[in-house]
Amino acid sequence: MYLVEEATQLADKVFQMWIHAPQVARHARAGQFLILRIDETGERIPITISAVKGDSVRVIFMTIGKTTEHLSTLKKGDALRDVVGPLGKPSEIRKYGTVVVIGGGVGVASTPIIAREAKEAGNHVIGIIGARNKDLLLLEDEMKEICDELFITTDDGSKGIHGFASTVLEQLLKERELGCVWIIGPAIMMKVTSGVTKPYGVKTFVSLNPIMVDGTGMCGSCRVTVGGETKFACVDGPEFDAHQVDFGGLMQRQRMYVDEEKEALEHFHHPHGGCGCCGGEH
Amino acid sequence: MTDVSEHVTDFNEVNKGLSEENAVLEALRCMNCVRPSCVKGCPVCIDIPAFVEKVANRDFAGAVGVVKENNMLPAICGRVCPQETQCEGSCILARKEKPVSIGALERFVADWEREHGVKTPEVAAPTGKKVAVVGSGPAGLTAAAELARMGHSVTVFESLHAAGGVLMYGIPNFRLPKEIVQAEIEQVKALGVEIKLNHLVGRSVSTEELLAYDAVFLGTGAGLPYFMGIEGENLCGVYSANEFLTRVNLMHANCFPGFDTPVKRGAKVVVAGGGNVAMDAARVARRLGAEVTLVYRRREEDLPARAVEVTNAQAEGVNFVCCANPVQVLGEKTVSGVECVRMEMCELDASGRPKPSCIEGSNFVLEADVFIEAIGQGPNPLLVSMLPALTRERRGNVIVDEDGQTTIARVYAAGDVATGAATVIWAMGSAKKAAAAIDRMLRAE
Ligand SMILES: Cc1cc2nc3c(=O)[nH]c(=O)nc-3n(C[C@H](O)[C@H](O)[C@H](O)COP(=O)(O)OP(=O)(O)OC[C@H]3O[C@@H](n4cnc5c(N)ncnc54)[C@H](O)[C@@H]3O)c2cc1C
Ligand SMILES: Cc1cc2nc3c(=O)[nH]c(=O)nc-3n(C[C@H](O)[C@H](O)[C@H](O)COP(=O)(O)OP(=O)(O)OC[C@H]3O[C@@H](n4cnc5c(N)ncnc54)[C@H](O)[C@@H]3O)c2cc1C
Ligand code: SF4
Ligand code: SF4
Ligand code: FES
Repeated sequence: MYLVEEATQLADKVFQMWIHAPQVARHARAGQFLILRIDETGERIPITISAVKGDSVRVIFMTIGKTTEHLSTLKKGDALRDVVGPLGKPSEIRKYGTVVVIGGGVGVASTPIIAREAKEAGNHVIGIIGARNKDLLLLEDEMKEICDELFITTDDGSKGIHGFASTVLEQLLKERELGCVWIIGPAIMMKVTSGVTKPYGVKTFVSLNPIMVDGTGMCGSCRVTVGGETKFACVDGPEFDAHQVDFGGLMQRQRMYVDEEKEALEHFHHPHGGCGCCGGEH
Repeated sequence: MTDVSEHVTDFNEVNKGLSEENAVLEALRCMNCVRPSCVKGCPVCIDIPAFVEKVANRDFAGAVGVVKENNMLPAICGRVCPQETQCEGSCILARKEKPVSIGALERFVADWEREHGVKTPEVAAPTGKKVAVVGSGPAGLTAAAELARMGHSVTVFESLHAAGGVLMYGIPNFRLPKEIVQAEIEQVKALGVEIKLNHLVGRSVSTEELLAYDAVFLGTGAGLPYFMGIEGENLCGVYSANEFLTRVNLMHANCFPGFDTPVKRGAKVVVAGGGNVAMDAARVARRLGAEVTLVYRRREEDLPARAVEVTNAQAEGVNFVCCANPVQVLGEKTVSGVECVRMEMCELDASGRPKPSCIEGSNFVLEADVFIEAIGQGPNPLLVSMLPALTRERRGNVIVDEDGQTTIARVYAAGDVATGAATVIWAMGSAKKAAAAIDRMLRAE
């Protein structure tokens, strides 16, 4: 069992949780994730490791379906049945010169840990964090503290620059010599934003989020096409060279269970007895 | 055995096992040979005549004691060993009439013990040596049990949330009930073995931490699913057998939404492959309600799966299309069909089987909404690739000597990671040898 040490809401549908998981905290690095399972009947879901403190790790998640909704109801003192990690390869952090770390929506969760390691490696770190509006903006203070420069964008202009991260990035590419760019957010945002760096030939990483089961390279559920080759995001990634990624394929596979996901959420809100095959107890 | 077709909607065990009376009668058939050939056929060398004789004398506790001298997981092996090519295949009676049903008897005594209270074998005095075992499949569990009985302090690291490896995530409940796997694992734990679940070695435990143990046993298995590399393979509805089986066996997707993990049940499922894994995937798909077609590239008589599995699959209504091979998965976003080509058998290959080759222009389409590839697995590369001093052969198998010693001092490997995908009992047999070698090494210090 893994103790929930702190659970708070950060914004509409966005929650933060500190979990006691020493074996994950001990080796966690930027870019890695964990897989958790709330209880015996739960699904294994991957979440990025957003910060580490002592024996604990922080995750930040958005409620979009059954498991994340259930997770959002947990409080300090509750426990998760399983937490495994750190999974995936750490971000390729070294001294690039000037780097840009971009987070969109809940993808901002992954940015502080990358920005911090990039800073420690001697880079000049520029952060760009974006949200639909100012109430949905995450981790502004934390990113301000880590980054040498921080840009904020909102789709509706309620805070910072009115527009998208890609607008700011475009400007930076014109004005400065950039060594490396990280983009983390919804697949469509990563696709569009990484398109901006392509003509400049700037190394760009995106963190892919396909549907996973084991997270150890055993099932192939997380397969994505990168540079024409099949890769398993859980062990070969989750970060890949953005300019090689087949985003269309990723987005298609992410939608594989939309019908089942609706049913699961419905069942969570209105449980209707058992399925018959497990004695009706679930 | 009961009629299999009546079970096709549930995941309960198909083979119900022997009654006490039938077990005794079967045991009485054994001739108690002086030079028993059956023992030579058993990879862990169980003293078969001795245990069978005890069954005949109704000393079931004594019988299980004999079995456990050499095999800590008898309820599992009694169910899934390919006995027809091992102990039973070597039984002297196999040549005349029917061999003694050694597997069924082994299962019977193990089940009898579970119902009548389990006796934990003795454990030697502590040696103060610490051994790390990576992976809790049959290889890891066997090595752990052996080493614990020898008095070493054993920690097993398992990346999944349940111990057992393929026994839990791969082999379906209707062949190997999961309570039985867990009960046998409890017996391993009773020897003092600590099992740390949710620990992926190489990530949760660094290689330095691993190599700091007095000895290391790698039992990480052959969990890497191969894909055919054909067009349309990433459409929604295409699974590796590993994923399909894991979703159902480990995550209970058959009970969705009571359990949260979904699986595409499919109305028409096509399975590619002809081994035990393919049979399991096909039989699971049948139980989820689909019409199932299995496509195999060689002839029916070449099917590598156990004969009994093929028979069961057929009895449960799986259609077999032999001498055919998928060349493309059809569909827009989700699978709508599988295009196959007919195969003809040419000259024999190195293994003595005819080589299949495509018949030009013989393409045909099988309608399908789910396609499952069960064409084989390779050793899981994650950890072994992080140990650069570990020598592996071309297909990724870790190279070991006859004691299971790898090219790194103090590091041993056995089971599927060393042999490539094989069987439960071979994994156990090789793990036992490695455990003995580890013990010799530790005592020599
Ligand atoms: C490497 C990685 C890191 C991630 N990091 C974060 C994070 O830091 N914060 C966050 O909010 N989300 C993160 N996600 C996404 C998160 O895993 C999904 O939101 C979650 O699984 C949804 O589960 P659900 O039951 O609530 O929703 P569902 O209704 O089951 O699914 C909603 C959508 O989430 C995706 N999804 C569903 N099941 C899985 C699964 N088993 N694995 C991956 N995706 C799935 C699908 O695209 C689906 O359409 C990450 C995903 C990956 C692969
Ligand atoms: C569907 C299916 C059906 C089968 N049917 C039969 C049958 O009927 N009879 C038979 O004899 N054989 C059968 N086999 C083969 C048999 O299951 C295997 O040969 C056997 O399980 C191999 O044992 P193992 O201990 O080497 O590996 P596995 O059982 O694969 O166990 C390896 C374990 O190591 C864990 N692991 C891997 N890497 C790490 C790491 N880095 N850190 C921590 N843990 C790790 C894995 O999660 C896994 O639990 C079948 C196989 C499959 C897939
Ligand atoms: S372990 Fe397997 S091979 Fe050995 S006696 Fe038992 S069933 Fe036969
Ligand atoms: S070979 Fe057959 S008959 Fe002889 S001891 Fe073994 S099981 Fe009995
Ligand atoms: S999640 Fe199973 S291989 Fe990546």
